[in-house]
Amino acid sequence: MAEVSAEVSAETGAALDTADRAREADQPHSPVVKFGPDKPLRLDAGVDLVPFQIAYQTYGTLNAARSNAIQVCHALTADQHVANVHPVTGKSGWWETMVGPGAPIDTDRYFVICPNVLGACMGSSGPASTHPRTGEPWGLDFPMVTVRDMVRAQAMLLDHLGIESLFSIAGGSMGGMQVLQWASSYPQRVFSALPLATATRHSAQNIAFHEVGRQAVMADPEWRGGRYFAAGANPRRGLAVARMGAHITYLSDAALHRKFGRRFQDRDNPTFTFDADFQVESYLRHQGISFVERFDANSYLYLTRAMDYFDLAADFDGVLANAFKDTPTRFCVVSFTSDWLFPTSDSRAIVHALNAGGARVSFAEIVTDKGHDAFLLQEPELFAIVSGFLDGAAKARGLPAARR
Amino acid sequence: MMMLSRLKHDLTMAEAARMPGGARIDLVVVADMVEHGAKVLDVGCGDGELLRLLAETRNVDGRGIELSREGVNECVAKGLAVIQGDADTDLADYPDDAFDYVILSQTLQATRAPRVVLEHMLRIGRRAIVSFPNFGHWRIRMQVMFRGRMPRTDNLPYAWYDSPNIHFCTIKDFRELCVAAGAKMEKAVALNPWGSPLRLNAPWWFWNMLGEQAVFRLSREQKSVVSNQGRA
Repeated sequence: MAEVSAEVSAETGAALDTADRAREADQPHSPVVKFGPDKPLRLDAGVDLVPFQIAYQTYGTLNAARSNAIQVCHALTADQHVANVHPVTGKSGWWETMVGPGAPIDTDRYFVICPNVLGACMGSSGPASTHPRTGEPWGLDFPMVTVRDMVRAQAMLLDHLGIESLFSIAGGSMGGMQVLQWASSYPQRVFSALPLATATRHSAQNIAFHEVGRQAVMADPEWRGGRYFAAGANPRRGLAVARMGAHITYLSDAALHRKFGRRFQDRDNPTFTFDADFQVESYLRHQGISFVERFDANSYLYLTRAMDYFDLAADFDGVLANAFKDTPTRFCVVSFTSDWLFPTSDSRAIVHALNAGGARVSFAEIVTDKGHDAFLLQEPELFAIVSGFLDGAAKARGLPAARR
Repeated sequence: MMMLSRLKHDLTMAEAARMPGGARIDLVVVADMVEHGAKVLDVGCGDGELLRLLAETRNVDGRGIELSREGVNECVAKGLAVIQGDADTDLADYPDDAFDYVILSQTLQATRAPRVVLEHMLRIGRRAIVSFPNFGHWRIRMQVMFRGRMPRTDNLPYAWYDSPNIHFCTIKDFRELCVAAGAKMEKAVALNPWGSPLRLNAPWWFWNMLGEQAVFRLSREQKSVVSNQGRA
C-alpha cells in the first residue's frame, strides 16, 4: 500500500490541478445544455435539481425527418467523448472501433449523440460541479442520483435538441442499464435498443465490489469527508486503489494470465520488496494512476451508488416482464462468455422478460476470454451483430441502406 | 452404368428441389402453410434460412430460437430476431397465444421431450407446423432389416453414438402423438428424398413408406393443456 501511494503521488505531478478539473466539470470541451428554474429535474431521492446542465458530444448529421439519431450511453468511468480525442487525456475515443464513419454505428448514416451522465465530472452536473448558491463544488451536498434520473435528464436533453424518437440506443454495463431504463421509461421514443454486457439489477457481488472501491476512496485522508476541493487536495491514492480493484473485475482470469502471466516487470528476479515486481502489478498501478488524472473521486462514489440502486423490476412489483410489457422496441441483447461481473445469466433474464412481454428480441452470447470489458474491445463478432441488427432496424424504420 | 444414371437422376432431382431463389423445397412447403403478415416463432431456426424466406416471401414478423451459438450469431448478424435457447427448456417462458405460428423445422427428433415441446408450441401459437424426417421410409427400414445397422442417409448422416437426433418417429407415430397432444391435423405433406411433395391423395401407409420427410400443420383441438412434465 505504501509503495503504491508513493508511485501514485510521484506520477500524478503532471495531472490536472484542482482548477483544471473544476473547469472541465463546469465548462467542458463539449456543447452543454443548461436547464434553468423553469425546468427542474425531479430526482428519485425526492428533491429537485435546479439549475443543472448536461454536456454531450454528437457525430454525423441529423436527417430532415429527425429519424436517424442513435444515443450512445457511456459506462461508469467513461464519458461523452465516444469517438474523438479526449480533451483531458489526449487519448482516442473510448468506442472508436464501434462508432465512426463506416463503423457498425456508422456516423455516415446515423446522428450519434452521447451525453455525459448526471453525477459525472465531464460537464454534466455532479458533485464536482460548482454549487450555484455557494460558488463551491457541490461535493457530498450533491443529491444522490439514480440511473432513472440520468435517463430523465437525457430525455430533457433530447427534447431540447428536438429529437422526439431515437432510432436506436446502445450501451454496455452502466450504459446498458441506461438503455434498459430508456426502453422501459420511454418505449415510444426508442425504436431499437442494444443493451450489452449488462443487467436489470446490480447483484450483491457487484454492490460488494463497489463498496470496497468507495471505502478505499473514503479511507484516503485526502478525501476530507468529500470536501477535498476546498482544501486543494485530491484523494488520489484511494481512488487509484478503487480503480485497481474495479479493473480486475472488468477482466477475466484467462485474460490476465494471457496478458501478463507471472512475468516480471523490467527485471529478471524478484526484488524481495513490495515493488511492482510483476507485470500485472505494474499494469494495475498504471490503470489506477491514469484514472485519477481524469476522474473525480466523489463522482466515482455517486455513480457506483447509482448502479447499486439500479433494479428495474423493483419499479414493477418485482415482475421484470412488466417493465417491457407490449414494448414496440426491438432489442438486441449481447453477453460475453468470460464476463463474470455481468454474466450471461443476467442477459438471459432480460431476454426472458422481453419474450414474456412479447418483444422482438435477439440475443447472442459471444465467446471471448476478455471478460466484461469485451464490449469495448476488438470483437469482430460483436461488430457483425451490431451492424446486422442496426441494418435490419434501419430497413424497418425506412432509413436508407448502407452503401457497401 | 445403373449406378451412374441413378446418381445423375438424384442430382437432377436435388437441383429441381431448390427454388429459383435457392430456397430448399421443404422450407418452401413450410412457408406455404403460413399466411402473409403472420407472427411466427421458428424453434431451432439454424442459420435463419426459413425465417429469411418467410420475411421475404410472406412478410411475416419472425422470431427464432436456436441452440447453436454460431447459428444464433449468424442470424442476428443478418438482422433476424433470434435468441440462443433450447426448445426443451425455454418454450415454457413464452406466454400463451404469443404467436400465430410456431414452427419446428427438422428439430423434433432432437428434442428431449417431443410431446412437451409440441404441447408448448400449441399453447404459444394458434397453430404449429412440424417438419421431421420419417423413420418409416423404406430405405431406413431396409437398412435395419438387411444390414442390421442403425440407418444413415444423406439427410441423417450421423453415427448412432454422436447423433443429436434422439427421438426418431415415423409419420404414423407422429399422427399418434398429435392425437395424444390434442392437436388437430389441418394439413399434411410428405416429401420424397429430393424434397418434392408426394402426390396428395395417397393413403397414409404409402406416405409412411415413401415419404422421407413430412410436414404437418396443426391447430389446437381445444385449449391445450400442457402435461405436468412441461411445468417443471
